[in-house]
Amino acid sequence: MAEEREIAEAMISEIHKKITDAFDVFDHEYNKTVDVREIGTIIRSLGCCPSEGELHDILAEIEDEEPTGYINFDRFLPTMTKVLMERRYRPIPEDVLLQAFEVLDQEKKGYLMPEQLTKFMSEEGEPFTQEEMEEMLSAAVDPDKNVILYKDYVTMMAVEAP
Amino acid sequence: MHCSSTLKAAILIQQWFRRYMARLEIRRRYTWSIFQSIEYAGEQDQLQLSLPDLISHVLDPNNDFMNEEAKLAKYEKIEVPDSYAGPRLSFPLTVVHTNALLSGFKQQQTLHPRYVLQLLHETKKFLKHMPNIIHLSTTYTRQITVCGDLHGKLDDLLLIFYKNGLPSDENPYLFNGDFVDRGKKSMEIIIILFAFLLVYPNNMHLNRGNHEDYIMNLRYGFTKEVMQKYKTHGREILQLLQDVFSFLPIATIIDNKVLIVHGGISDFTDLDVLASIERHKYVDCNIQGNRTIDLLLSFLQIVDLLWSDPKNQNGCIPNSFRGGGCYFGPDVTLRLLKKYNLQLLIRSHECKQDGYELCHDGKVITIFSASNYYEEGSNRGAYIKLGPDLVPRFFQYQVTKVSCFCFLHSVTAAEGSALKSLREKLYAHKTDLIAAFKDCDKNNTGRISTSDWASAVESVLHLDLPWRTLRSRLVKLGPDGNVDYLSCFEDLQIERSIKEVRARDICIHLGIHNYHMLTCSSFVGLISIEEFRQTWKLFSSHLHIPIDDEAIDDLARSIDYNKDGSIDFNEFLEAFRVVHKLDSKEN
Repeated sequence: MAEEREIAEAMISEIHKKITDAFDVFDHEYNKTVDVREIGTIIRSLGCCPSEGELHDILAEIEDEEPTGYINFDRFLPTMTKVLMERRYRPIPEDVLLQAFEVLDQEKKGYLMPEQLTKFMSEEGEPFTQEEMEEMLSAAVDPDKNVILYKDYVTMMAVEAP
Repeated sequence: MHCSSTLKAAILIQQWFRRYMARLEIRRRYTWSIFQSIEYAGEQDQLQLSLPDLISHVLDPNNDFMNEEAKLAKYEKIEVPDSYAGPRLSFPLTVVHTNALLSGFKQQQTLHPRYVLQLLHETKKFLKHMPNIIHLSTTYTRQITVCGDLHGKLDDLLLIFYKNGLPSDENPYLFNGDFVDRGKKSMEIIIILFAFLLVYPNNMHLNRGNHEDYIMNLRYGFTKEVMQKYKTHGREILQLLQDVFSFLPIATIIDNKVLIVHGGISDFTDLDVLASIERHKYVDCNIQGNRTIDLLLSFLQIVDLLWSDPKNQNGCIPNSFRGGGCYFGPDVTLRLLKKYNLQLLIRSHECKQDGYELCHDGKVITIFSASNYYEEGSNRGAYIKLGPDLVPRFFQYQVTKVSCFCFLHSVTAAEGSALKSLREKLYAHKTDLIAAFKDCDKNNTGRISTSDWASAVESVLHLDLPWRTLRSRLVKLGPDGNVDYLSCFEDLQIERSIKEVRARDICIHLGIHNYHMLTCSSFVGLISIEEFRQTWKLFSSHLHIPIDDEAIDDLARSIDYNKDGSIDFNEFLEAFRVVHKLDSKEN
């Protein structure tokens, strides 16, 4: 029993250190606060893949009653620890991602036109900003054929991730 | 079309993409931290280095006993051949000459050393009459443009001139130091800046930066650039530059309201003292030796101005990162601004992602004008336009060589470069690191926990980097999740022993037993094209194969894969490997 608890404590300690490391990268003032707009990036960098809606929920938990624009580490740490321990918002596996693209490719052509993808990403779901759209297109569009070969794109992205 | 499966698919893709971008962002941030810590750690070494006698002898001002007039006469006697196609100068300079210089440099021409010496001579004469602190007024001009560090990046200067117009009496400029070092066109930059200074003396202004200092130039590339471009007159040019740099003003004040210095301030900064000292006596950052207390204190005032960085918390502490100057907090800024009835401090000295950054509640602006400073895509450059209302307007730009510039590519390129530097640093401290690792590994398993690994690395390197986040890029993990601490030296070790073996193989094959030059170069990592030529000549004479200079040049250029004028030791070996292979095939 004691040994199990020791292992659990060691695991929590490691998780705490990981969270601290990620938080510190954005703590520009060295006063254990970060800009609330960077929380999404921090959470995602820790391996989680929440939707914008889920992100909002997390923020609601950790923000002060009177939002100051800053998030305190003391409030971030316990919430984030729980998220990691419970393995919430796990990253999306490659095959599921591929299926999502296939759903958008209703004619089953094997590729998407840039205009199609733009329409879906900018109008459906949790719409992209123009910057996000441009960034995705710049990497996804095959320069010769001017289409998005989504199978290749997904494979390429999977390789890039360390 | 708007059915729920499409909606779900879209959300999934968006979710995944945002996570992917966040991870890129984190990689970009720690890449930035790596570049900055290594850069400042390097500068710190330099400040603490005392000058070896060898180098001081080369540039000892006591060596030259000629007076100014005699020197000028000497320069005028230097012949400029008819075949010289570059810009020709005559004094006093006019806008015709600055145009000729600009178009000449755009065509990759080099200014003849005679004109360089004359230009520097005139610049020194002019700067001698400047006060330490220049006072400017916006009453007569609409706007003044303030630019930050350029560090030898000529493309950025040309881009600024393209966007903002050339300097003129209607378009005044202030360049806030660090014109030289790191980039490859430092010489061209200062030639252009000094030429405009002479043509528009009332509307072109230069502040001295911490890199306008020949000790920094020795280490950060400017000295090398001068010696490569001017083989015969290089030393003389460097000596004259030393004087010119020492006469550069150290601060500028606009409308008695805006203070502009290269680095920053400290809680000791006294503008009255600074106005009265003999600034040219502060030649370089090596200020040890026999000096009076007064002189030392005034030198320290200058060091503070040229080396300090702002910090976000109150107080003023020594700048341990740089090894000189201070970190000054918002309270220090407020006190100084209040004391001299100022409202804004503009400074440079630190690279910023967006080319500029505000801090201390908007009272301090950092302006940095060298885009892609660390690596292609690392940051934008910017300049400030300041009108009589003294409200700064920011203009950003970025020199790009690639047409498609997505975030992924720029992060990957920068990251690769940063991690390479970091691995080299690890290798350089191998002995100390292994000792620290073994301390945590009493049972000699070859593995330690991530925590122990991170603390050990930080205790040896002192770079204050997010080691846990970087861990996966630097070291292998064992099956139990612990760090295999020797694996971070692996690749480098193999690389180096292959280099050693190949070098010996080549030399033995060619019958040369002294591979001193090769091993020397491998220590530095780079061979200049000149060294390559000499090496090749040596080899070719042993092979009894006559190779003419042109062929060697072609070979050199074709080996220089990244086209930066020097050959990486790897490139050198690759070339020999290919040659060696062809050789044995024919035999």
